Amino acid sequence: MILQAQQIRKEFIRESRGTNCFQAVQETNLTLSGGTLTILMGRSGSGKSTLLNMLAGLLEPTSGKILLDGTDLYGLPDKELSRLRNQKIGVIPQGQTALHSLNVLENILLPCTLYGETVENSAVMELLERLEIAGLQTAMPSELSGGELRRMAIARALIRKPDILLADEPTSDLDDVNTAVVFNILKQFASEGKSVFVVTHENDAGKYADRLFHMDGGILRTGDESGNC
Amino acid sequence: MKLKKTIAFRNLAGKPVRTMALILLTALLSLILLGGTLMVSSLRKGLHSLEDRLGADIMVVPYEATTKSELKNIVLQGNTGYFYMDKSRAEKVLSRDGIGQASEQFFLASTSSGCCSIPVQIIGFEPETDFTISPWIRKSYSKDLQDLDIVVGNDLNAFVGDTLTFYGLDCHVASKLDKTGTSFDTAVFTNENTIKMLIQSSLDKNMNDFANISPDGVVSCILINTAEGFTTEEVVNDINIHVKKVKAIQTKEMISGISDSLSGVSDIITILMVAVWVLGLIILLLAFTMSVNERKKEFAVLRVIGASRQKLAGIVMQEALLTGFVGSLVGVVVSLLVIVPFNTLIEEQMNLPFLLPEVGNIAGYAVITVLVSVVSCAVAVTFSAFRISRIDTSLILRGE
Ligand SMILES: Nc1ncnc2c1ncn2[C@@H]1O[C@H](COP(=O)(O)OP(=O)(O)OP(=O)(O)O)[C@@H](O)[C@H]1O
Ligand SMILES: [Mg+2]
Repeated sequence: MILQAQQIRKEFIRESRGTNCFQAVQETNLTLSGGTLTILMGRSGSGKSTLLNMLAGLLEPTSGKILLDGTDLYGLPDKELSRLRNQKIGVIPQGQTALHSLNVLENILLPCTLYGETVENSAVMELLERLEIAGLQTAMPSELSGGELRRMAIARALIRKPDILLADEPTSDLDDVNTAVVFNILKQFASEGKSVFVVTHENDAGKYADRLFHMDGGILRTGDESGNC
Repeated sequence: MKLKKTIAFRNLAGKPVRTMALILLTALLSLILLGGTLMVSSLRKGLHSLEDRLGADIMVVPYEATTKSELKNIVLQGNTGYFYMDKSRAEKVLSRDGIGQASEQFFLASTSSGCCSIPVQIIGFEPETDFTISPWIRKSYSKDLQDLDIVVGNDLNAFVGDTLTFYGLDCHVASKLDKTGTSFDTAVFTNENTIKMLIQSSLDKNMNDFANISPDGVVSCILINTAEGFTTEEVVNDINIHVKKVKAIQTKEMISGISDSLSGVSDIITILMVAVWVLGLIILLLAFTMSVNERKKEFAVLRVIGASRQKLAGIVMQEALLTGFVGSLVGVVVSLLVIVPFNTLIEEQMNLPFLLPEVGNIAGYAVITVLVSVVSCAVAVTFSAFRISRIDTSLILRGE
């Protein structure tokens, strides 16, 4: 599956240099295809999350299109876009995102239960074991460490086997060991044919990347800082 | 999907204290709604029942009965008492113009002393002319009353087949009346012959305040329906002007005091109900808004994993409907448990006719209460549901 950003731009209404418009993301083209781990780095406030949210179908660009295998995401009615995101796009948002009234397993299965669907037990177990949280199924989110919660969020994003995985700073509150664990997992999924897009502050994350981008004041540059891609 | 697995249910179960508070609030609202409705309708029904029981346009009594306000006490409050006027007076009354149906009644009060089983008001009627009591006795007893047969009111602790003794005479309980919610529930009814025997017996035992009367020569009151072509007022005035030592009273006037205080009580109950409901709805609105606001982030997460805007609103709505339904059931059960078993106590406390609606009607009110409560919860949460369906996911998730 291919996720394509075509000339997308995001403006926010805000006082900025004499105008009311603030350009969070300048006109950008980006293609995410299967089997690659794409990493995006950049200073805080440079527009990374804004770009990721637009790719996830959560934030409509001011102009431009996001195409998933040719389907214009923002041309779909909300119901269909939501369903599509549920099935094809796994998102790991910034920060802690557990639902506190559900236990770990229920949190992970949520994308399925949301649409009244079930997953094979063996598939769930396999995923949990890979993320090393199989023993935590019945624990409540409040009992988990930051790293475990993060892996829970990854499992939740992967439970429906989406073709696209978008992660926003998935290691921001983790130690080096856990950071390595998470990146290795993401790398693995990419090597299995998914397109994985990770926003991160980790300086040494570059070594996992198939493609590396930098964001600077809303402008997307390739890893060697030589213009648009 | 099983209810227990729905997100709404899990959200409620995950916050037991908040959920209990919301359930209690809706329970209180529906308790007040059903309780108030039952009170008001019982009072209305009690008044109708009283009007039916009085069943005549005019009551003519000896003058002293009205000055001592004994009559009102006997008819309306359930006090015991008796008074008599000479039969010649009664005949004079009956000879006036404008009189349609008319029937004489005889009163006697039993005492708590050894001669009588229980102190009650005994009311005797003329079987041939009676038009107020017989129709109503016939509902529970189809035969004619024989001499020394009595019919007892619903609140009396006597049952069909029992024998009650009044002034040394054994009377046989032939029937027990349905509840009326009025003073008739504590009275005993019998035919003219029997009451005359009882009056005679009380005279013989020197236990009658009116020592110098003969049972055959007196009546206690005359019930009259106005004949066609006359107004009740005309007939009442005519009797009061032309027949001495008696007083004709419009029964409507007699119970106007009751219907006044009844509508007063109903108004107060209604105002209280409305006030509590307005307040309750505001609290519900705030509570739902807060509870949803507090979980904005969780809803944003749901959206990220593929919940549509409609689905988010649906979850919020489901939570409200669930709490509303459970809460209103609790409220309905509690108010039924309070009002139904204790309705006699309430009647005594309020000193107003009080008759519970039929079971079917009570069930209807209960169902309506649940519906109204659930719909109110839905209305109170609509704003929150709408707002949550409009949330800007990207904005909320960045707010770490
Ligand atoms: N909804 C919004 N309304 C107004 N301004 C916004 C909104 N979302 C983002 N911005 C602004 O757009 C810019 C880019 O924000 P964004 O969240 O994409 O940064 P980021 O690169 O993800 O930063 P960080 O590394 O701190 O997460 C910031 O200056 C931010 O203030
Ligand atoms: Mg960010």
